[in-house]
Amino acid sequence: MKNFLQVIVFSVILIGGFWGFSNFMIPKIEPAAPPTEAKVDLGSMTMDKFIALGEQVFNGKGTCTLCHNSLGRAPMLDQLVAHTPDRLKDPKYKGEATDLESYIHESLVKPSAFVVAGFGKAGTNDTESPMPDVTGGSIGLNDIEVKAVTAYLQDLGGAEVTVEIPTGAPPPEEKSAAAAGGGPRPPYKDAQEIIAKLACGACHKFAGVGGELGPDLSTIGGSKDKDYLRRAIVDPAADMAEGYPPIMPPDFGVKLYASELEMLVDYLSGLK
Amino acid sequence: MRLRYLAKIGGMSLLLALLMSLFAVDLPGLDASSVAFAEEAPAAPEAAAAAGETGAEGEEAAGPAPIVAPKLTAEDYPTIPGFNGRVVVWMVAQLHLWFAAFVLAVPIFVFIIEAIGMKTRDKRYDDMAYEFIKVSITAFSLTAILGGLLFFSLMIFYPHLMGYLIKIFDDSMLYYALLFFAESAFLYLYYYGWHWLQGGFKKWVHLTLGLLLNAAGSTLMLLANSWTTFMMSPSGMDASGAFVGDITTAMGNFLWNPINIHRIVANVAFGGGVVGAYAAFKFLSAKTRELRAHYDWMGYTANIIAISALLPLPFAGYYLTAEIYMYSQQMGITLMGGIFAWLFIIQAVLIGALFLSANYYLWCGMGRSDGAGRYTKYIKYIAIVIVAAFLVWFTPHTLILTNAEQKALGGQYHPYLGALGIMPAKNTAVNLMINCTLLSFILFRRANRVPTVSWAKAGNAIMIGMFAAGAVNILFLGIYHGYFTNTVYKVAASIPQVLTTFVLIVMSLIIDSRMYKGAKEVGPMHWGRIPNRAQYALFILAVSFTWLMGLMGYIRSGIRQHWHVKDIFRDASPDAFTPTLGFAADVVSIATLIFMAMVIFVFWLSQVSATKTAATGYWKEG
Repeated sequence: MKNFLQVIVFSVILIGGFWGFSNFMIPKIEPAAPPTEAKVDLGSMTMDKFIALGEQVFNGKGTCTLCHNSLGRAPMLDQLVAHTPDRLKDPKYKGEATDLESYIHESLVKPSAFVVAGFGKAGTNDTESPMPDVTGGSIGLNDIEVKAVTAYLQDLGGAEVTVEIPTGAPPPEEKSAAAAGGGPRPPYKDAQEIIAKLACGACHKFAGVGGELGPDLSTIGGSKDKDYLRRAIVDPAADMAEGYPPIMPPDFGVKLYASELEMLVDYLSGLK
Repeated sequence: MRLRYLAKIGGMSLLLALLMSLFAVDLPGLDASSVAFAEEAPAAPEAAAAAGETGAEGEEAAGPAPIVAPKLTAEDYPTIPGFNGRVVVWMVAQLHLWFAAFVLAVPIFVFIIEAIGMKTRDKRYDDMAYEFIKVSITAFSLTAILGGLLFFSLMIFYPHLMGYLIKIFDDSMLYYALLFFAESAFLYLYYYGWHWLQGGFKKWVHLTLGLLLNAAGSTLMLLANSWTTFMMSPSGMDASGAFVGDITTAMGNFLWNPINIHRIVANVAFGGGVVGAYAAFKFLSAKTRELRAHYDWMGYTANIIAISALLPLPFAGYYLTAEIYMYSQQMGITLMGGIFAWLFIIQAVLIGALFLSANYYLWCGMGRSDGAGRYTKYIKYIAIVIVAAFLVWFTPHTLILTNAEQKALGGQYHPYLGALGIMPAKNTAVNLMINCTLLSFILFRRANRVPTVSWAKAGNAIMIGMFAAGAVNILFLGIYHGYFTNTVYKVAASIPQVLTTFVLIVMSLIIDSRMYKGAKEVGPMHWGRIPNRAQYALFILAVSFTWLMGLMGYIRSGIRQHWHVKDIFRDASPDAFTPTLGFAADVVSIATLIFMAMVIFVFWLSQVSATKTAATGYWKEG
């Protein structure tokens, strides 16, 4: 009986050790909530807003930055515009695009039409892209969102934006990424949602996870006060962190409601 | 009247068979939860129209009608006040899978041990094999009970998902039920016929029964795996996401074989671990020297089985992960680069515990031999490398620091230790850890023997050279490609590292077994001459394996995120979010406690079954 109890106690302590390590030694990360449905109001859409929608989709629902980032998983897209004419003439090109707009659109829905050297699926000799069709599967962009991303990528490369802003509403069952088309949107619930919606993780690390284009924010609250954090969000050019490119969008102060901004500042200041 | 009675029995049997057929269905609620029968769910107009069109074409082509995943809402998920459907299904599925893994693994090595006994004509092997299978008999019943519970839980909380999967896998589920009966029949014949089918031809018949038992059990697992992997990497879909394939298409999905291989190897390691815990428990309870010797030998064998499977397990895991990346880069990045990235630090702790305890048991076990003194001086070096490798694996990429600490450090990355946080360092560490365990195993094997072959010195020199060259190669690949090349090479360098380890395992075992063929024994092995604390290493092995399996089940299921069937069948339940690591640790810990309690119950039953009480004066005399 003594042995029996010793074995029980030993096993419970061991399990407790694993449990404690997982709960107290590992950062508490709340996974992003599943994407929810929202409506796009095209009534008051301007080209600037349409490009902004594209950027939001690119950094958020489109999950493009999972691979198109500085880690080298997929080609960076800032040079896309410059490379397109050569790609369209490349013997390896298998698509039907004739200009930049149709090439970008084709790359989104038929990524294997042209695979940049070194980025193909292993064993396919760069004939097959690992990128999924963005209109299918778990990404599931609708036509409006695809066009918005196309406009954003044209704009990103400094080309003239030739995409026409759609006039019809997306199919009712399709999910749209944002309500950037105008009209008040419902406020975000919490800081996590704000971070997910604004795709902050594309450039910043939270709890050690995220991009590296911007400063790591995992413990930012330990070194910066609320005033600094607020200013860094609404006017990122005011205090640029050394060693990072000046790519932080300057319009978060416009995009966020005042209560949301404070919620985000409170959250960041608590990251210690 | 009698005919009607038989018909009732037949009907009930068929119903039971169908219930059993659903035992090993995956835990769907983990990442999301909701689905509806295609015909019941209010599918979106476009999808319904598309389905109708495709269906019409399919009928014209005399093919099966497409099966469309329904689009559900939170209201489509039944709820029971006081119960969270996802947690119930998660917990029951995990318990079922643990027991299923155990009862599938034990017959594999029982069959091998019985065959060794037949080959060597050493009855100790036969007795031990029988004791192993005896332990699994009660566990088999518990597996079936938990399978039934899982089926009911799934039908209650996820009826639409079950409907969808049944429509796709219908025939295979029937075969599953039939195979379950076949497996039960083979198991009972194998176990109850053990002492009857002894000697000569009868023994061969018995061994054949063991083979059939394993064939039925393994096929069952392959079938159940196909349901699970279909949810991760569905195949046979048309452009609209409707299933238009047949059972073979659905079963042969992209991740089926990688999971099959990983599970078979892991099951054997897990089974060895649990049986080792049984032997350890019996060893600690043994009152006589003979019993201690017997259970020491049993624990040693179980540990060897566990280690034999533990060594190739990282390779199987690596292959599975590579295939996940190959199937979907997005899923791969979710697995390794998102919220789950921190899970691999927890995994490192658990695998470190597994390797350290397995090695510790081997080192303690060398005390059974009078010739072990020749090798004990090397153990401290092996221990240092294993602990160092464990610490490297355990080092996180970024550190959780206070403000003052961060200021003192100059950032979140430690100037020296930060370099150990990336994958090349961890790949290097795990390969060195595996090779050190291999070295422990080889020293353990040699402890009581002296080689008699003329080329023993040359053989030793070759092995030392191989291990040295292997270590240098692994370190070079890890350091050069990990820190002086780009990301692509950082990842790619792990392949030659793994191949180096693989070659070392195969070559060293071949050379060592040749070298020690016909070797002289230093003296008799002193079975039972092992400290009690070594038995606790076997408990660590069993508990860590159990907890680790639970944790990895969470990530395997969790990478589907908010999908029941990835990219095809959306989870619309209120639980469609990925639970946090902390919550997963809560569920896994509670489930492990329940599992261990049930396993101890199984151990106790096997002990009770061998106990006889002389009820003097109770029965009539004469």
